[in-house]
Amino acid sequence: MRTPKVKARPPKVQATGGITNATLELRLYVAGQTPKSLIALKNLKRICEEHLQGRYRLHVIDLVKTPQLAQDDQILAIPTLVRNLPQPIRKIIGDLSDTQRVLVGLDVRPETK
Amino acid sequence: MARASKRTKAAAARAFPQLKKAPSGIAGFDEISGGGLPAGRPTIVCGGPGCGKTMFAMEFLVRGATEFGEPGVLMTFEETGEEMSRNVESLGFNLPSLVAQKRLFLDYVCIEPSEIQETGEYDLEGLFVRLQHAVESVGAKRVVLDTVEAIFSGFANAGMLRAEIRRLFRWLKDRGLTTVITAERGEGTTLTRYGLEEYVSDCVVSLDHRVNDQISTRRMRIVKYRGSSHGTDEYPFLIDKKGFSVLPLSSIRLEHKVSKDRISSGIKDLDAMLEGKGFYKGSSILVSGTSGSGKSTLAAHFANETCRSGKRVLYVAFEESSAQVTRNMRSVGINLDQYIKKGLLQFRAWRPTQHGLEMHLLRVHDLVDEFNPQVVIVDPITNLVSANLNEVHAMLMRLLDFLKGRQITAMFTTLTANRGGEEQTEVGISSLTDTWILLRDLELNGERNRCLYVLKSRGMAHSNQIREFVLSRTGVHLLPAYLGSGIVYTGSARLAQEAREKAEAVREQQQLEEKRKEFSARRAVLESQIAALRSELSSGEAEFARQTRQRNERQQKVVLDRQEMGKMRGVTPANEVVNS
Repeated sequence: MRTPKVKARPPKVQATGGITNATLELRLYVAGQTPKSLIALKNLKRICEEHLQGRYRLHVIDLVKTPQLAQDDQILAIPTLVRNLPQPIRKIIGDLSDTQRVLVGLDVRPETK
Repeated sequence: MARASKRTKAAAARAFPQLKKAPSGIAGFDEISGGGLPAGRPTIVCGGPGCGKTMFAMEFLVRGATEFGEPGVLMTFEETGEEMSRNVESLGFNLPSLVAQKRLFLDYVCIEPSEIQETGEYDLEGLFVRLQHAVESVGAKRVVLDTVEAIFSGFANAGMLRAEIRRLFRWLKDRGLTTVITAERGEGTTLTRYGLEEYVSDCVVSLDHRVNDQISTRRMRIVKYRGSSHGTDEYPFLIDKKGFSVLPLSSIRLEHKVSKDRISSGIKDLDAMLEGKGFYKGSSILVSGTSGSGKSTLAAHFANETCRSGKRVLYVAFEESSAQVTRNMRSVGINLDQYIKKGLLQFRAWRPTQHGLEMHLLRVHDLVDEFNPQVVIVDPITNLVSANLNEVHAMLMRLLDFLKGRQITAMFTTLTANRGGEEQTEVGISSLTDTWILLRDLELNGERNRCLYVLKSRGMAHSNQIREFVLSRTGVHLLPAYLGSGIVYTGSARLAQEAREKAEAVREQQQLEEKRKEFSARRAVLESQIAALRSELSSGEAEFARQTRQRNERQQKVVLDRQEMGKMRGVTPANEVVNS
């Protein structure tokens, strides 16, 4: 049941096309509309707008709807922000309230805007 | 009285609706825990590294899925699903097939602190989502969290973690999932490193793996079991190709069936010492003696006799190989080979140091299960004793109980160190056995001779004699003891005594003959005297008769003369006679 999903995912990433090394493939995992998730999403959107304009793709994944993805992507903490691309994978957990740490976590230097 | 019994009845009735339990399927564990783990509740299994926590959990899960129709979820925090599958393959568990049959769900939770950055608040809802998904996808009734503590190394926020763990256990309980949580042994007073037992307090099982004298023993203890009585001892357990097995001391209950049937020892003279019938079937026999006193020979006789009557014998040899035993026994006229070929006799030769005691015990268990013998011989148990007397005592007790429960006659031989004191050294073991045969060497007149006596034999009037035990080409013979002024004569002393007695007998015979001759001579003399006396007597009698006759004749003559005279005088003879 979950294996097809795993297989299906890489083409999807490729399908976004034209992702350069500089483009970030981000996923935010939440579980329902919890306050922490909402804060994290708000924070993430702000950071992306401010620092990663045009250089990111963001998927918000609600694990309540697709619980199998939690296993596939090794999600334990909620909320978790995953940088799938560029490699290596990086994970940032928490409500992303500390912008500097988020940027360090994403390996994005603020000055390279 | 009546009221008291009513009260106990009421108490019993109240005690009856017991905690619901989920059988673990682990051999022995369900016995000591009174049915298994608490159903629908979490249980902590803690212990040091390599003590078998994961094996316990896996067996619980797999047995649940395969034997009790309870699908399970395995959430591992340290090993991937494939690693886990490979690890338990050796136990005959096929995880991938169970997963394919939707009876098991594997989820490996990878915690890689190096790739995680923490910013702000979070919780472990992801874990719950995964667990929920896993439980729902197979309809799980059982859950194993293998070393859930690993999350403590993955996240920095300890306060949050504790809250989440508490929530996790609550969550599992609310859903009625029978859960096994493995945890590392803590240092100091806590059972687990992160004090998980504070959150789960329904059942805590502690596993232990220790090495004594280079021999490892695994032990298990149920530290607590809320709402249920349970065995509180440390029970040895094993992990082998059949999985996890706990060996409970079943001897807590002494409820063996007993048999009145007898089984011959294979030595006629020994049977004769045991009421002429031999041992009780299903009893235990200890044969102790110094080295070379013939213990193995005695055991071989017993084996031989049992096989001859068509019964099966399991012979566990701890010192000699089977070939050696059969060769040696041929020298006393016992051919064990034929029974091995017929499949009546099974030999198992192990080094006592090859395994721990539990392993030995388990192997005997397994063999008995497979082979179903009527007699089990262990020759000798001595080397096991070298480990630790208490443990050996417990192990032998378990073995004897097991064998007695199956009405199997057991014969153990044991080597005693040296003369003197042997009765003390083995008290621990001998008290467990029903019949104790002691073999002793007697050193006398520059030679060693074997002696045998029955020290005890429960339930029969056994002989109290010390018999000489002679090994010959035709087997064992027990010679009657020669007792003279309180000494048992054996060997050449016995022969000397025999010769002495023979000489004595001859001398007596001669004396008797002399006496007879003397007497017959005396008889001849006396008889001639008697003859002389008799002739004297008869001549006396003849004289007396003659004299009497003469007198009578004389008297008659007088009467006649008187009558004549009377006639002449004219007097009536009647008056004359009356007056005179």
